[in-house]
Amino acid sequence: MPRMTMIEAIRSAMDVSMEHDDDVVVFGEDVGYFGGVFRSTQGLQQKYGKTRCFDVPINESGIVGAAIGMAAYGLKPCVEIQFADYMYPAYDQLTQEAARLRYRSNGDFTCPVTIRMPTGGGIFGGQTHSQSPEALFTHVCGLQVVVPSNPYDAKGLLIASIENPDPVIFLEPKRLYNGPFDGHHDKPVTSWAAHPLGEVPAEYFTVPLGKAVVRRPGSAVTVLAYGTMVHVAEATAEETGIDAEVIDLRTLLPLDLETIVASVKKTGRCMVVHEATLTSGFGAELAALVQEHCFYHLEAPIVRVAGWDTPYPHAQEWDYFPGPARVGRALREMMEA
Amino acid sequence: MTDNITGRLSLHVPEPEVRPGGKPDFSNVTIPEAGSVRRPEVDEDPEQMRDLAFSIIRVLNRQGEAVGPWAGSLTNDELMEGLRHMMLLRVFDQRMLMAQRQGKTSFYMQHLGEEAVSCAFRKALVQGDMNFPTYRQAGLLIAGGYPMVDMMNEIYSNDADPLKGRQLPVLYSSKEYGFFTISGNLATQYIQAVGWAMASAIKNDTKIAAGWIGDGATAESDFHAALVFASTYRAPVILNVVNNQWAISTFQGIARGGSGTFAARGLGFGLPSLRVDGNDYLAVHAVAKWAAERARRNIGPTLIEYVTYRVGAHSTSDDPSAYRPKEESEAWPLGDPVIRLKNHLIQVGAWSEERHVQMEAEIRDTVVAAQKEAEKHGTLHSGGRPSMRDMFEGVYAEMPPHLKRQRQQAGV
Repeated sequence: MPRMTMIEAIRSAMDVSMEHDDDVVVFGEDVGYFGGVFRSTQGLQQKYGKTRCFDVPINESGIVGAAIGMAAYGLKPCVEIQFADYMYPAYDQLTQEAARLRYRSNGDFTCPVTIRMPTGGGIFGGQTHSQSPEALFTHVCGLQVVVPSNPYDAKGLLIASIENPDPVIFLEPKRLYNGPFDGHHDKPVTSWAAHPLGEVPAEYFTVPLGKAVVRRPGSAVTVLAYGTMVHVAEATAEETGIDAEVIDLRTLLPLDLETIVASVKKTGRCMVVHEATLTSGFGAELAALVQEHCFYHLEAPIVRVAGWDTPYPHAQEWDYFPGPARVGRALREMMEA
Repeated sequence: MTDNITGRLSLHVPEPEVRPGGKPDFSNVTIPEAGSVRRPEVDEDPEQMRDLAFSIIRVLNRQGEAVGPWAGSLTNDELMEGLRHMMLLRVFDQRMLMAQRQGKTSFYMQHLGEEAVSCAFRKALVQGDMNFPTYRQAGLLIAGGYPMVDMMNEIYSNDADPLKGRQLPVLYSSKEYGFFTISGNLATQYIQAVGWAMASAIKNDTKIAAGWIGDGATAESDFHAALVFASTYRAPVILNVVNNQWAISTFQGIARGGSGTFAARGLGFGLPSLRVDGNDYLAVHAVAKWAAERARRNIGPTLIEYVTYRVGAHSTSDDPSAYRPKEESEAWPLGDPVIRLKNHLIQVGAWSEERHVQMEAEIRDTVVAAQKEAEKHGTLHSGGRPSMRDMFEGVYAEMPPHLKRQRQQAGV
């Protein structure tokens, strides 16, 4: 089976989807001729032509608004917002339009649009190249929110997202583009070549939306994570020797509550980790759900390890990013509780 | 320009010429003679027709004659039909306004004075084209033959409401009739219209799109997005700006600023930009047809500013006497679209005052009958209403587990 980086897997997903369905179009800033600032769309314009993959004016609301119009016509646009940090001008189109077309028209118009956006920190991106705005989407009814953590899932989930009849926010942890990252920024960078999930079928396949997966089975505590933090959680479990069950949520909305509840009922403890800021972050929703559904099984308070409630700083990158030291400390404290 | 005498800066905040209690004054509105504005070929270089953004294309003169190069796009029979559509819309408005006052619905927005814009425009499109309207283009539905009873069912949110009670009154939706689902938030549909048109071009289709926006909403960012995208990709779209002088209480100068016209906004994007008498059914149709031909021939997008006046209140929640003179609409120099078309048809011998009165009565009967039919299905607070289950349906194609749980909690 071929080995791919996450970039290559994402590109392959679009390639397969465009090949498979003439209605799939790909566009965004620098996405056409140049192939994207992260190379995610490299070669697609050459292969499918300028009307299937093209560059757009720098206007995020325009990108999403035009995609919605195309979807109303019958196309399946897969568009890119260069950084999740720059999706805000499109927020109106995403929340009031894309998310509600089906509902407000009683299914007369639908919005099968996929909006890809590189997300997350750990790359010295500072305030506007590091944000994790997923909670701003999970609060919006009508959207689906996906965050892959590896090349295999990235391809399968992206194809499933493009085929999905409703709008999907596809958040790509850019720190994982070229290799897994467990938060040990002082160690040499590793590549996907050595990782089992870097093996990705060249052809069409899907990973279903709304399904979480247990990355590391364990019995002591359940750790709920997604994106980069899946790798941090896995590494921390090994380093601390605490037998954590690490769940990679993959889709935040709709959420695979069943897998979560089954795990927490088994372990009796639950930790949520995410890069996004703490207050009103997606972790709050997870903690509330676990509390509602697993109250009598909980042996300790639910713990959230998250980004601090500050804008994402530059110089203090590793004091901000919830790396293995912070997660490990929280895990140990939790096991003593 | 005033000299800065004090050396300190001051903020300029535009004001309308007159406020309540004042004498209406439209002396600043320059109205060219009907027939005086040239009609370029549809493929003329936009650079060569910049003058059209600063004039007003008009066909009907004071005597009700159709004159000039934009005349003749419709037969008398088609004009009779147009008159009927405008009158239908006006009576529909009256009845629904009253229904709101009677508590049969929560809200309504009328078109009084603007009937020609959407009614005449619709006749320049064909089946399969798509409008992206605002909440003040119901003439697109009426002139397109959409069942009036369904419009009322939507307004009443009753058990026959095509939108299952989910939407506010007047935010209609009909794919079949080329009427994109209306949203409460302004301007969003303008760029979506461009995207739809781009899709039609991507698929080498023959269909075109039309975006709609009011004068006030041109200030929204999506107006700019639409013009950039339309210009860049030469999308087959007609970008309509309905300048009815008012955005709720705000006069159009607040949105327009110092620029001469809204049409002039299109010039910076290289779009042919036309300004038309919005109360002249013949002129609106001729210009719309011109723009539709441009789009269909793949020459590119067109921006059209319809100069009209919002005679009624902004909505049933608004009282215009608080911000503009009561008699202002009567002073509006472009008159009333229904009366002007009526006078034209009488002038050409196709119509008479007697027949007009007769048709008015017949139209009232038609609308009242439709209303009775709709009210059989219920009104907002009485009779049949959409089910609570409908509230949970349609958020997604397939109901996700958390919504199923909530629906169960709600007991349905």
